Amino acid sequence: MNTIQVLFFFLSVLAIFSAVMVLVSKNPVHSVLWLITVFFAISGHYILLNAQFLAIVNLIVYAGAIMVLFLFVIMLMNLNADSEPRKNLWMKLAGVISGGCFLMVLISLVRQTIELTGKTALMKEGNIGLIKNLGKALFTDFVIPFEISSVLFLSAMVGAVVIGKKD
Amino acid sequence: MPIQYYIYFCLALFSIGIIGVLTRKNAIIVFMCVELMLNAVNLLLVAFSKMHHGAALAANPATTAGVDGQLFVFFIMVVAAAEVSVGLAIIVMMYRNTHSVDINFLNRLKN
Repeated sequence: MNTIQVLFFFLSVLAIFSAVMVLVSKNPVHSVLWLITVFFAISGHYILLNAQFLAIVNLIVYAGAIMVLFLFVIMLMNLNADSEPRKNLWMKLAGVISGGCFLMVLISLVRQTIELTGKTALMKEGNIGLIKNLGKALFTDFVIPFEISSVLFLSAMVGAVVIGKKD
Repeated sequence: MPIQYYIYFCLALFSIGIIGVLTRKNAIIVFMCVELMLNAVNLLLVAFSKMHHGAALAANPATTAGVDGQLFVFFIMVVAAAEVSVGLAIIVMMYRNTHSVDINFLNRLKN
C-alpha cells in the first residue's frame, strides 16, 4: 500500500465521516463546520488527482465564500439546537431506507459494468489540471459559457437583493 | 487508483446527501445537503476526466483530452455560487414571514 492509497482512504473516510456528522448534528453551526471539513477532504482528493486549479477554487468558493454565507445566515437567524424542528422517527427511517436502497442499486450497477473493469484514474500525473491548460481551454473553446456565467451572476445578485429587500 | 473506488466513494457521499434531504426539516441543512451532492458529482467528473486523460496519454503525449470535464466542474461551482445566494435569500425571506426554517411551512405556497 503506497502513499497515494493511504491518502486516498484517509481522505475518503474523513469525508464520509464528516458528511454523516453534517446530518446528525443538532446545531446548524456544527453542521456548517463539518461541511467545511468535507470540502477540505474533497480538495485533498483534487490535489491527489493533480487538479490543482479546482482544488484551490473549491477551497476559495465553497469553503471560503459559500460557507461564510451559510454561517452569516445562521447567525442572523440566531438558530441553535433548541430551534431545530422535530420530525417523527418513521419519516427518518423511511428516508434512510430509501437512500440506502438508492446506494445499493447504484453499487450493484457499477459492480456489473464490464466497461469499467481495469480502468484507472491517473494520479498525480498529467498536466490538464494546471491553470495554464485550463485557462487556454476556458478562453478559446468555452468563452461563450464563461461570458454567459457573468450574466448569470448579475441576475443572481439582482434576484437576491430583490428577494431579500424589506417591503 | 481504480475508477471504481472513486465511483463508490462519490455514490456514498451522494446518498448521504439524499438521506439528508429526505430526513432533515431544517431548510438550511437541506440546502447544505444539496451542496454535498453537487460536490460528490464534481469529484466524480474530475476522476473521469483523469481516467480519459490517462487513456489518451498513451496514444499522444501532448493530448489535452479531459480538459472539458474539469471545466464542467468549474461551471458547476459558478452556478452553485449563484444558486446559494438566491436560495439563502429565499430562506431569509421565509424566516422573516414565518419565524421558522421548517420546510413544511413552504406548503403554504399553494394558497
